[in-house]
Amino acid sequence: MARLLDVLREELKLTGTKEGCGEGECGACTVLIDGQIVNSCLVPVAQIEGSNIKTIEGVAPESNLHAVQQAFIDHGGAQCGICTPGMVLAAINLLDRNPTPSESEIRTGLAGNLCRCTGYMKIFESIVKACQSNR
Amino acid sequence: MPDHPFGKSIPRKEGRKKVTGEALYVDDLSFDGMLHGVTVRSPVARGRIKNILFEGDLPWDEFTIVTAKDIPGGNFVALILNDQPYLAAEMVNHPEEPVVLLAHQNKYLLEEARRNVRIEIDELPPVYSLEESLARKAIIWGEDNIFKKFLVDKGNVEDVWSSAHLIIEGEYHTGAQEQLYIENNGAIAIANSEDGVTVWGSMQCPYYVHKALVKLFDLTEDKIRVIQTETGGGFGGKEEYPSMIAGHAALLAWKSGKPVKMIYDRAEDMVATTKRHPSKTRHKTAVSADGKLLAMEIEFIIDGGAYCTLSPVVLSRGTIHAAGPYYCPNVRIKSQAVATNVPPHGAFRGFGAPQSIFALERHFDKVARKLGLTAEEFRRRNFIHEGETTATSQEIRERVDMEGLLNKALELTDYHAKTRRFAAERGGRVRRGIGFASFMHGAGFTGSGEVYLQSVVGAEATADGHVQLLAASTEIGQGTNTIFSQIASEALGIDFDLIEVLQPDTSKVPNSGPTVASRTAMIVGKLVESAVLGLKQTLIGSGFLPEAYSSQDFQKACGEYIDRFGSLKTAATYQPPPNVHWDDEKYQGDAYGAYAWAVYVAQVAFDELTYEAHVEDFVALQEVGRVINPVLAAGQIEGGVAQAIGFTLFENVVWKDGRMVNNQMTNYIIPTPADIPPIKVYFQENPYAYGPGGAKGIGELPMDGAAPAILNAIENATGLVFTEVPLLPEKLMEGMLAQS
Repeated sequence: MARLLDVLREELKLTGTKEGCGEGECGACTVLIDGQIVNSCLVPVAQIEGSNIKTIEGVAPESNLHAVQQAFIDHGGAQCGICTPGMVLAAINLLDRNPTPSESEIRTGLAGNLCRCTGYMKIFESIVKACQSNR
Repeated sequence: MPDHPFGKSIPRKEGRKKVTGEALYVDDLSFDGMLHGVTVRSPVARGRIKNILFEGDLPWDEFTIVTAKDIPGGNFVALILNDQPYLAAEMVNHPEEPVVLLAHQNKYLLEEARRNVRIEIDELPPVYSLEESLARKAIIWGEDNIFKKFLVDKGNVEDVWSSAHLIIEGEYHTGAQEQLYIENNGAIAIANSEDGVTVWGSMQCPYYVHKALVKLFDLTEDKIRVIQTETGGGFGGKEEYPSMIAGHAALLAWKSGKPVKMIYDRAEDMVATTKRHPSKTRHKTAVSADGKLLAMEIEFIIDGGAYCTLSPVVLSRGTIHAAGPYYCPNVRIKSQAVATNVPPHGAFRGFGAPQSIFALERHFDKVARKLGLTAEEFRRRNFIHEGETTATSQEIRERVDMEGLLNKALELTDYHAKTRRFAAERGGRVRRGIGFASFMHGAGFTGSGEVYLQSVVGAEATADGHVQLLAASTEIGQGTNTIFSQIASEALGIDFDLIEVLQPDTSKVPNSGPTVASRTAMIVGKLVESAVLGLKQTLIGSGFLPEAYSSQDFQKACGEYIDRFGSLKTAATYQPPPNVHWDDEKYQGDAYGAYAWAVYVAQVAFDELTYEAHVEDFVALQEVGRVINPVLAAGQIEGGVAQAIGFTLFENVVWKDGRMVNNQMTNYIIPTPADIPPIKVYFQENPYAYGPGGAKGIGELPMDGAAPAILNAIENATGLVFTEVPLLPEKLMEGMLAQS
């Protein structure tokens, strides 16, 4: 059966959701299912009937960037960009649950999303800056 | 818009499309009628192909099937020795070597077909390690298993041994490492005899792919077009390998007459593509009673895998960096790259230097200990200075202040107080330690490499006064688009937003060389600067632009000039800095135009119960010429250090019969957000006369220093001497148990 990831990318042409590993390790395919953060490569499409799926394309549909997206641009949170859609969704989900996370909460909140470019420092900083701009 | 964009943290030019998911990577593209392509690979390490069988109840006539005999031109990946075939014809020389290509529109059926191709092979005895290769267990490549040897000889080490105060020897090993860009390798091709071959792909070096496809199809250069799509990380892993996957997709497209997309999944990317060369280094060091280096003899060996590919160049860089940022009157470095029956090892950030620098900086802590000196004092007595010569007898003509960097790094980390405090605190479950490494990294191609490359950058003004930069240098996350725009904007004194960087497409951009070797900012950036200054001179010289002008004046002048003459274009070609000489035969001379210099300090906590070593704090201090964009530059350093922490403590390629068996992200562990310590990055800026605005290369530097700094810190914490990376908890456990 097709995975949610395949349906998003191939049938709905929502290619912002990326495939990095296909086994739920890297988080490049992160989406929100009814507000829950999920690796879409691990979800058979039949499991999501009636659910509300949010992908990176749904974060700023009116072209007004979310504070997290703007902070990633301003503070170097994105380099090659392949992990970025998943990382942005994980960060938004974290801030929805906890608007002022500590550094260790940020680390835990993002632990399911791997980045090979940044060494994570600028991602943490982007999230801290996004919290400040939200206030 | 800042008047002077140089030195400012201007946000990444393509940042918006990356954070919104609009950036298009190769797997995001699709063409009408497109087929999917897969590779059927050798099941064994070495042998003679007897037969290829297409089994199972499958509609084989629906598949496009390509083997070596379908190749229209030369069956080799054009690189250095051209010894690697696109598809094995008679012999296979490593596990997972490509033998058959299949294409079909249904990718699920295609997977089933791949499993039903049986390649029958008469196996031959393989060689799996550099030790077995050196012992000539079997001759598997050439006459002696040796791809390349270098000898660097400065002074005469033989004169020194008998009179030295102390001679200290040591042996050091490093393992393979997977680049693990999060976007796997991939390509899409359209190919036919009338229009030629067009390839879109994830890559660092469009003209490498171009050169390889010219040979593979035996077509003229104008019939091959290579376009780089947004690239999800490279780190060297997309330097040479894209020539292979692009060629495979193109062969299937050529035979089927349809567009073919070939995208590796993670397991295939990890098992079949290049990794960092495993290495073994032996040191023999003679010192005087006052702690001065008298002689260094270094033997450096790397495992190149089954084909030559880039191993000679990796070996070269590792060889030249093996003696580090120190002055020693007598140095002999003997190095070799050897063949084994594993998939070819290839480019990976640092390119041989992390291996040889690891050995040196571990060894120098040992030399210091034997001398009764502190690690820092021994280095202080031997750092290289302006006017002194490196191992290749290169006279350092720039200001270099390794003592200053070391003092500053130790001060920033409170090194001495921590050393005392950690020693006093020992006895509990967690032992802390601190260690450092001092090193340098040469930017640009080695020796005469840049002269041979003859890189070209173009610049073209548009009628509305924008400036387009034409270069084959790729944006792979490191910030090429942004720093090129900053350099051009600074040189022209016009708005940053008026600069556009064209997507690398070999039908539109000149060959500015590969995106490797920390050369993009320093070498190609300088060409960007020269090219755009050519535009300015043309406009001023022709009277359309006054000497003092605004962005608006510049735009207006471009419009008027183009109105009159039709177009406004310039190009700049590489010229070496003056007084740079390199002897390829003797391996002596100016190895690199400029070096970045650094001292990195690691603090580790070692848990005696779990045997985990955790890096708690990391300081990276470096002198890299002028910093073009502080946020992007710090991002390079932080990312490189994180990758180097992985190389040191996490990333273990498990080999079985020449094949990586932990080829999954579940089993090959890279650092996560939870694993990385605060990485504190500091720059000292000493402008380099021949870099754009004074900049030097930085991309690879951060890969070099972390491994020895961390092992030096672990030795400080535990008293145990480890000489190999990766250093996993099980190795730490063995060491602790042996000690008690």
